[in-house]
Amino acid sequence: MTQPGTAAVERVFREEYGRLIASLVRRFGDIDIAEDAASEALVAALEKWPTAGVPPNPGGWLTTTASNRAIDRLRREKLRDTKHQAAFMEHDDTPHTPTGLVEDDRLRLIFTCCHPALAPEARIALTLRLLGGLTVPEIAQAFLVPETTMGQRITRAKKKIAAAKVPYRVPEADDLPGRLGGVLTALFLVFNEGYLASGDGDPVRGELTGEAIRLARILRHLLPEEPEVTGLLALMLLTEARREARVRNGQLVPLGEQDRGGWDRALIAEGHDLVRGCLAINRPGRYQLLAAINAVHTDAPSAADTDWSQVVALYDQLAHLDSSPIVTLNRAVAVAELDGPSVGLALVDRLPLTGYHAWHATRADLLRRLGRTAEAKAAYDDAIAATANSAERAYLGRKRGELV
Amino acid sequence: MTAYLMSVHGPAEMEEFGNYGSKEAMEEAFAETGRFNDKLKVEGYWVFAGGLQEASTATVVDGQGETPVMTDGPYLETKELIGGFWVIEAPDLDVALKLAAEASKACRGKVEVRPFDGLA
Repeated sequence: MTQPGTAAVERVFREEYGRLIASLVRRFGDIDIAEDAASEALVAALEKWPTAGVPPNPGGWLTTTASNRAIDRLRREKLRDTKHQAAFMEHDDTPHTPTGLVEDDRLRLIFTCCHPALAPEARIALTLRLLGGLTVPEIAQAFLVPETTMGQRITRAKKKIAAAKVPYRVPEADDLPGRLGGVLTALFLVFNEGYLASGDGDPVRGELTGEAIRLARILRHLLPEEPEVTGLLALMLLTEARREARVRNGQLVPLGEQDRGGWDRALIAEGHDLVRGCLAINRPGRYQLLAAINAVHTDAPSAADTDWSQVVALYDQLAHLDSSPIVTLNRAVAVAELDGPSVGLALVDRLPLTGYHAWHATRADLLRRLGRTAEAKAAYDDAIAATANSAERAYLGRKRGELV
Repeated sequence: MTAYLMSVHGPAEMEEFGNYGSKEAMEEAFAETGRFNDKLKVEGYWVFAGGLQEASTATVVDGQGETPVMTDGPYLETKELIGGFWVIEAPDLDVALKLAAEASKACRGKVEVRPFDGLA
């Protein structure tokens, strides 16, 4: 048996955290009790494992240790607190048996974290905290808010879950599509924040894209029959595959100019497999279509080989499901490749997106290609003003500087 | 079971037919709300419910000092105020939210769902 250091113990703990918390919440019916017991189990692991080695089933060891600690604590407090009393009475000692849709405690927990009664930013924070095992300071840093603010946001959400009795279960089949949407949105927002950070820190946050992919993999493992879950995972993988090629010398590199040799072929192959698998189910949805569009891009050996008519056709399908102006904007970019920049620009100019950096950046690029230099410069300025991402600002600044 | 307050929020200023638009629309809303109340009773969620008079009939009492101070009007001067409420008991928030959606449809107003700390 190897003797792990502190970092190794913490890594195992983080990997097991979602499973551990989920099973403790089921057993004790209370998130705070679960979190306290889990951190006591970490302390015990940090004491034992470096000398005794990592046990053969670290997750089981942590769960047993944490459960014992929670029971000890509840006994010690002699059930004087009504909340703990209720939790103790509800506690469920039976081993978890999969019933119907409920396959895993983590699945219940993710639906609790992403409940529509919670504020969207609280859903993302709770998901990262409880399922991802990220600490409050890490989440605060990821979303560029002070630690106290993030701490309060999470505390308030947990209090609401307990007081208003947000259920700890997978929604019934009738409600599942609507509720699943909230879960997928939360994971996609985590991914996007990692892929193009909104703040002025690191332009790309690999730990966030990695975490979103990890959670999407768990969700797919738990709900293999839901094509949108597979679609979201495929979309993330096909996007993540281009991450390394996407920033060069601190500047964002647009898709058309990326070194395709720097793309991660293993992720692309896996993403393509998943796209084929979910499209075969023939229940198309937003994430599947976005994944299919990314499959077209990652299929082309060079930017010039991109099958733009296929991309436009997929955006047409997407527009039927999602009439948001952002979809229309992305479709217009593809139309510009197919029918020329003036056709694309006419579509872009109609959109009410003056506060969105990508709208200005798209206009700037189309105006540049049309030789409308003065207007292009103004559009680059507006785009730079609308984003704090350093790599995007550097790229836009260079393009503006090249205009004469 | 958890007890929830489902409060109906609507305009502070009442018009003729209480903002329902017409006599017929008002009667329809009352009838639908009555049917919803019956359902709450039959299905065992009912604790208590009632409609309130206009907010301008409210009096605020501050009894924290030596002699109570009375002030006319609702506590908060806002455009939207509580017009009526239900107190229900439900096994969890999902059930309460589903009932609130039905309540909102029946009474033609927005409904806030808030758990009680306990019922006396």
